[in-house]
Amino acid sequence: MSGEDTIEVAGGTPETAQPFKELGLTEDEYQKIRDILGRRPTAAELALYSVMWSEHCSYKSSKVHLRNLAPTADQSQYLLAGIGANAGVVDIGQGYAVTFKIESHNHPSFVEPHQGAATGIGGIVRDILAMGARPIAVMDALRFGPADAHDTARVLPGVVSGISFYGNCLGLPNIGGELAFDASYAGNPLVNALCVGLMRHDDLKAAVATGLGNKVILFGSRTGPDGVGGASVLASATFGDDGGKSAKRPSVQVGDPFMEKLLVECCLELYAADLVEGIQDLGAAGVACATTELAAGGDGGMFVDMDAIPLRDPNLTPAEILMSESQERMMAVVKPKRVDAFLAICRKWDVEATVIGEVTGDGLLTMTWRGGTVVKIPPQTAADGPVYQRPYARPDTLDALQVAGPEGLHRPADGAALRDTLLRLLGSPGLADKRWVTQQYDSLVRGNTVLAMPEDGGLLRVAEETGLGIALATDGNGRYCTLDPYQGTQLMLAEAYRNVAMTGAVPVAVTNCLNFGSPEDPAVMWQLAEAIRGLADGCKHLGIPVTGGNVSLYNQTGATAIHPTPVIGVLGVHEDVRRRPGAGFTVDGAQVVLLGTTRDEFGGSAWADVVHQHLGGRPPAVDLDAERKLASLVVAAATEGLLASAHDLSDGGLAIALAEACLRGGRGVVVSLHGDQFTELFSESAGRAVVSVIPGREVEFGALAEEHDVPATVLGVAFGDTLTVGDTFQIPLPELERVWIGTLPAIFG
Amino acid sequence: MRIGVVTFPGSLDDTDAARAVRYAGAEPVSLWHSDRDLRGVDAVVLPGGFSYGDYLRCGAIARFSPVMGELIPAARAGLPVLGICNGFQILCEAHLLPGALTRNAGLRFIHADVRLAVTDARTPWTAGYSAGQVLNVPVKNGEGAFVADEATLDELERTGRVVVRYADGAPNGSARDIAGICNAEGNVVGLMPHPEHAIDPLTGPSADGLGFFTSIVAAFAGAGLGARA
Repeated sequence: MSGEDTIEVAGGTPETAQPFKELGLTEDEYQKIRDILGRRPTAAELALYSVMWSEHCSYKSSKVHLRNLAPTADQSQYLLAGIGANAGVVDIGQGYAVTFKIESHNHPSFVEPHQGAATGIGGIVRDILAMGARPIAVMDALRFGPADAHDTARVLPGVVSGISFYGNCLGLPNIGGELAFDASYAGNPLVNALCVGLMRHDDLKAAVATGLGNKVILFGSRTGPDGVGGASVLASATFGDDGGKSAKRPSVQVGDPFMEKLLVECCLELYAADLVEGIQDLGAAGVACATTELAAGGDGGMFVDMDAIPLRDPNLTPAEILMSESQERMMAVVKPKRVDAFLAICRKWDVEATVIGEVTGDGLLTMTWRGGTVVKIPPQTAADGPVYQRPYARPDTLDALQVAGPEGLHRPADGAALRDTLLRLLGSPGLADKRWVTQQYDSLVRGNTVLAMPEDGGLLRVAEETGLGIALATDGNGRYCTLDPYQGTQLMLAEAYRNVAMTGAVPVAVTNCLNFGSPEDPAVMWQLAEAIRGLADGCKHLGIPVTGGNVSLYNQTGATAIHPTPVIGVLGVHEDVRRRPGAGFTVDGAQVVLLGTTRDEFGGSAWADVVHQHLGGRPPAVDLDAERKLASLVVAAATEGLLASAHDLSDGGLAIALAEACLRGGRGVVVSLHGDQFTELFSESAGRAVVSVIPGREVEFGALAEEHDVPATVLGVAFGDTLTVGDTFQIPLPELERVWIGTLPAIFG
Repeated sequence: MRIGVVTFPGSLDDTDAARAVRYAGAEPVSLWHSDRDLRGVDAVVLPGGFSYGDYLRCGAIARFSPVMGELIPAARAGLPVLGICNGFQILCEAHLLPGALTRNAGLRFIHADVRLAVTDARTPWTAGYSAGQVLNVPVKNGEGAFVADEATLDELERTGRVVVRYADGAPNGSARDIAGICNAEGNVVGLMPHPEHAIDPLTGPSADGLGFFTSIVAAFAGAGLGARA
């Protein structure tokens, strides 16, 4: 018996002062723990509750609103597992299922960009692995302060190298994502990582500890002192004015992708041999979270012998062992007679595996350490956590912001000014060529990548024999969401939906990463509630379910919050990836057609931002029926083989879409635009796309567009080596390319 | 024909190499790093990846694995071996090929499609190409800059052992734009670019890389495999 704080000691010393505030718990929460246990918690229990009840793990501020997303799942025939599991699972046909999820690693990536971003990839990959799936690709949605800001030069290259290092070493293709810059992210960059995994229907695994006497096995890396309290102290608090860089560094984990690769292959072999009853990844809150969730998800209890946990540092206390976020660890529940076979496979992959406990029948989570009992709790009380109905209120500044629209901004009038505007937008960091980033990512490994960045969506082949595939896109726009979080979120849902459809895939499911400021600010809470309401309504309207997601709050430095930034990921099913149109003009003489309706909509636009540094007015209107019609037209046309290319219109409008299609396909275009040239070129009206039609199939395509009730305007023809807009202006492709590719290398070297 | 593809811990492009072997009409045979057994294969591909996490140096640990204990003497005796990316690094560490691969100039991982000129079409891995043919193949690596002392580089060029060269200049600082080389006998070829990722325009920049795999299949079907033309 050591001097450790056991339940007996705790029972006899109710008055002992405990550092609950330092661990991020409030007075009320601390009292609630005492009420649950009928005594003060031990030091280990306090650590466990503090991480489990952190905003990051418990969703205590967002839960009441997230409930609105659940009904979207009821309407789907595709869903095999939904919200609440580690990640949603979607049936894609032919016996295959796909699981995907996007998660934030914002706070660690600001403190230590390389490791923070690297372990963000590692964490989301283990989430997918824990569902029983083989991870098959990743994506990254990144947002930074202004590209030329001093600190962006520290954060961006570090984040990109971290994602590159970890994802490349894991052998997962990076098939897309986003890169955006805005001053609101200067002190709180957003690093959202998505992973998608593939399995057969029967392979689905559950995070439950069932079966009395079954063994609990911890495997992977040893537990060390890194990332202690990452979920509570780091990810669930705002940064102080010093940026918190120095004080919070020990809360950032260190990643070893080689170990993760071994863990992935090891797990897949364990699954194939049917040796696993339940499995859970160790991410935020480490052993505390894995044991609590496995026990809470099961029908009995769990006993853990903490002395059996392999440590990198023998001086760790039970509290530190529970809170450590050491990477590359998994926990499995295994039938006793299968333990030897389990350990043999771990040995084959050089993965350390240790039996640390077993499933019990008493309904409690019990842990012993050096002879004493240091944890004895009802696991459900830690897993569920508190639920807060935080006050929320529409920001009183919003009316003024919405009134100050872009109408008064000076607009380019003549051809030369329009030409300059196009080049200025194309060369702006947010719209410029992203190769500086994507050249550091392996998009090819595993040999099934059909489309990747800079295409509208990533497209992966799933079945070589049939051509079955999946498409994925993520979209976010904090500027739109600042002007109207409800509408802005629906616009992002619509954009990701549209991007997936551009590959020829049918959108079937949604994931989301909700990045917001402090939930203790009623204005931020209102943004969050509105965004979730917008997403729920949008998904209901489109008939696709939200299968899971992640909430990242406290993206705020001092009193300044980031733009509300929900990042929406949409998954699509592709019947035959060989019939995918790319975004680029690749066929000479192909008719170029604009689909959708253009209105005078510049609120929150790239033009207002880049040219006027203006944010005000209303974001573009949302018409989800029109989005659905557009998507089904493009999918039908791609299936019929009518399309040479398809590219969605978003930031920068038609002008940027045409420039991108020219640069991607290495071919020019000649278009003539009716109506106001500026509006036609730069408006960001939603629900639009530009396609080029296989020569000879124009009539068929026109009829199909009519059948789908999608407005189709013939703009011109793809050919030559200039981007020509009627008599208004002409830009040679080499000039276009120079402007486009030069920006990021000039800034980042 | 049976072509072995070795999986080390941390090998990543092994499934891609196996697919390329299959596309070329041969049977891929999976070889495991800790088995002292080549399973009677007719040729071996060492695939790309980060074997043993690139710890110590790329390829430095893989070179001592049990399967390499079998492969090294077999290669010296004429077994055709193709090392791609990490596989090339392993072949250099094993001294089956001269020189070494070091950190890219620019110090970043580079993934890009490159134009690759075939300069030696006499090896069994490149015999299906014509000398001077230009291929569109991707590179993706962090440590792909080929280095060797001047005498070795001169010797490689003089004896025609530079197999492929970056046609538009090396993106990674490779000496004399060298992308791949072979041993004196020609049966062991190593290159940094990834021909196995250019076997189908659907999933790569071209199908130009398939020639490495069809070449070995054709060489096996014909006579004189292992003997340099």
